[in-house]
Amino acid sequence: MNFEPTDEQRLLRDTARDFARREIEPKAMELDKQGRWPTEIVKQMGELGFMGMMVPTELGGSGLDAISYVLAMEEVSAACASCGVIMSVNNSLFCDPVLKFGTDEQKATYLAPAASGAKLGAFGLTEPMSGSDAQTMATVAERKGSAWVLNGSKNFITNGPHADFVIIFAVTERRDGKVKHTAFVMPTDTPGFTRSPHDEKLGIHAAHSCTLYLENVTLDDSHVLGGVGQGFKVAMATLDGGRIGIASQALGIARAALDKSVAYSKERKSFGVPIAQHQAIQFMLADMATELDAARLLTLRAASMKDRGARHSLESAEAKLYASEAATRIAHKAIQVHGGYGYTTEYGVERHWRDARITEIYEGTSEIQRIVIAANVLKG
Amino acid sequence: MHLDLTEAQALVQQTAHDYAARHLAPAAAELDRTERFPSETLRALAELGLMGVNVPAELGGAEAGAVAYALAMIEIARGCAATAVTMAVTNMVGEVIARFGSDAQRRRHVPRLTSGEYAAGAFALTEPGAGSDPGAMRTQATRVAEGFRLDGEKQWITSGAHAGVMVVWARTATPAELPGSRGISCFLVEAGTPGLTIGKAEDKMGIRGSNTVALSFDGCVVPETALLGELHSGFKIAMMALDGGRIGIAAQAIGIATAALDESAAYARERRQFDRPIAEFQAIQWMIADSRTELDAARLLCLRAASRKEAGLSFSQEASMAKLFATEAAGRVCDRNVQIHGGYGFVRDFPAERHLRDVRVTRIYEGTSEIQRSVIARGLLR
Repeated sequence: MNFEPTDEQRLLRDTARDFARREIEPKAMELDKQGRWPTEIVKQMGELGFMGMMVPTELGGSGLDAISYVLAMEEVSAACASCGVIMSVNNSLFCDPVLKFGTDEQKATYLAPAASGAKLGAFGLTEPMSGSDAQTMATVAERKGSAWVLNGSKNFITNGPHADFVIIFAVTERRDGKVKHTAFVMPTDTPGFTRSPHDEKLGIHAAHSCTLYLENVTLDDSHVLGGVGQGFKVAMATLDGGRIGIASQALGIARAALDKSVAYSKERKSFGVPIAQHQAIQFMLADMATELDAARLLTLRAASMKDRGARHSLESAEAKLYASEAATRIAHKAIQVHGGYGYTTEYGVERHWRDARITEIYEGTSEIQRIVIAANVLKG
Repeated sequence: MHLDLTEAQALVQQTAHDYAARHLAPAAAELDRTERFPSETLRALAELGLMGVNVPAELGGAEAGAVAYALAMIEIARGCAATAVTMAVTNMVGEVIARFGSDAQRRRHVPRLTSGEYAAGAFALTEPGAGSDPGAMRTQATRVAEGFRLDGEKQWITSGAHAGVMVVWARTATPAELPGSRGISCFLVEAGTPGLTIGKAEDKMGIRGSNTVALSFDGCVVPETALLGELHSGFKIAMMALDGGRIGIAAQAIGIATAALDESAAYARERRQFDRPIAEFQAIQWMIADSRTELDAARLLCLRAASRKEAGLSFSQEASMAKLFATEAAGRVCDRNVQIHGGYGFVRDFPAERHLRDVRVTRIYEGTSEIQRSVIARGLLR
């Protein structure tokens, strides 16, 4: 048992931290205020190998482990949570399933350019009336001759407005009131594919999401990912990894909120002393730091199990549940430590609070994580 | 980073688990009811190597490391929290003497602790007026011809009435000469030393099978060789021992809560309301999911602190985080367990109410939650 990162992991983390502080953090407030898509940062992350971290080098990726991915995600997200989720979606929700379920041809066509950062991927599972419950999915793929014809819409698709490739889930079979899904990987210049303007959100303003529309989008069998009728399995396996990414994003947000609170509490004075000398402040900081470490250990545990090839649904769900809820609590306390300054945009802690909130919702709400965890415990 | 146990760690864990399941859990309710000190069980734990898990083999210890110790504590506390705290203090005393003692002190006391010849060890730091603030300590050690004469009162001393040896802190300089905690020294006092009186056992809310007493020192003379470590350096020994002790208490809390969560899941599957097992209601599932998540986080914090200790890295901050988080989470887990059991959680036919009483003290002893937060904040703000 050893909780310390290896030298390689440490080096990677330092590289990510240095990059995030130098290139991302100075722009984070502007990106948030303008809701500007960070084209240049996405490009830089690609050049650093952050867009396909766990993809083998021969397929255009960095060939690193999931622990390194967690460490890098935390650093990027601490600087800018929007950049964090752009990275997470490309790594966990696009590259991961293509690597795991894709054919050699799909890996060459889609994975290699996405992993190197030359192209951007997105993941189209959620629909206007179908979120946590995939049985209610309305998008269909009908067999016509040797082709599949897709119709429907997908919403809240992060990276959607800028994606070159997207994985689309569609119903391919209905029997006895049960549906079966199939995953398709497709380029976004396919005829019949259109997208809405990007969504206006509470937080992660620079990470654009939108609705995707599929009108008679025609794909041949080479686009089927993971086999016909295997879509649910592809989605669930992908989300086990995706939840590690979102947990890591939450860690980054929470750490930024804590770091700023520690620094501010040493500067700001009240009643003749720095507020750091008041137990009221000290105890908030102590709880923030303890919960952050608990969240980080849960996340690293899930990642280490992924690296070993062990099943990690329970561990990913625990990490995502705890890290996301802790991030919201920590960001909330950070505003409190900063007082009125925390409520203005000056210190950025209100941004952390807005950004943290989504981590309790996407890639499975906290409620879905609790269902996964309880089912594991109660199966005895 | 990897979380696999070594073979030795897994073996210690399994040994403790098996013993606790077979011998401790079945007897825990009776121990709680009768407040009987479990002498025979403690001897059995010693035979299994659990009274000196992280103590050198040459002194009779298992020399299995701090991680194995935490794992063993978790398993023993799953069976019986009262037995676990007795084991924790004995291990801590053995470790402290092994680390800070002279050769003669180590050879005299440590094998007796690890072998079970001493029923237990005790750690006498707290006083009626000096709890979280040991600098307020008033017990005096005065130089006399034969060595030192101890005078003063100690309070809440676990195993005090059964300990073969006690680690006792006392002032060797007045606050005027050496202010705060700097004039404190540490002594080894053997059971039966004249001038030492054991007070009556405290009537406690929980961990009732453990012994908690006041100690009164009245002209209690110990030889020069009873001094542990250097003169005036006792406070440092106390703080280092407590860093390790906090890992032990975190582990105890985790063990109690693990038992509680196992019971929550079992009961939720059996108990039916509205024509189905209550496990099918999300209200119950949510409690179980939160308990499991918090407990896993607590376990990781505890094992991280232990593994840093084992690797010789600093671990004071990590031990405080582990103790704070684990004890507070364990309190919530045990409370939810009572809630899931409904009325059955409130009566003594089920262990749920005992777990809730037992776990409460973990937020208090070996540094309250408030002291842990102060330690953590100090580290952050440095």
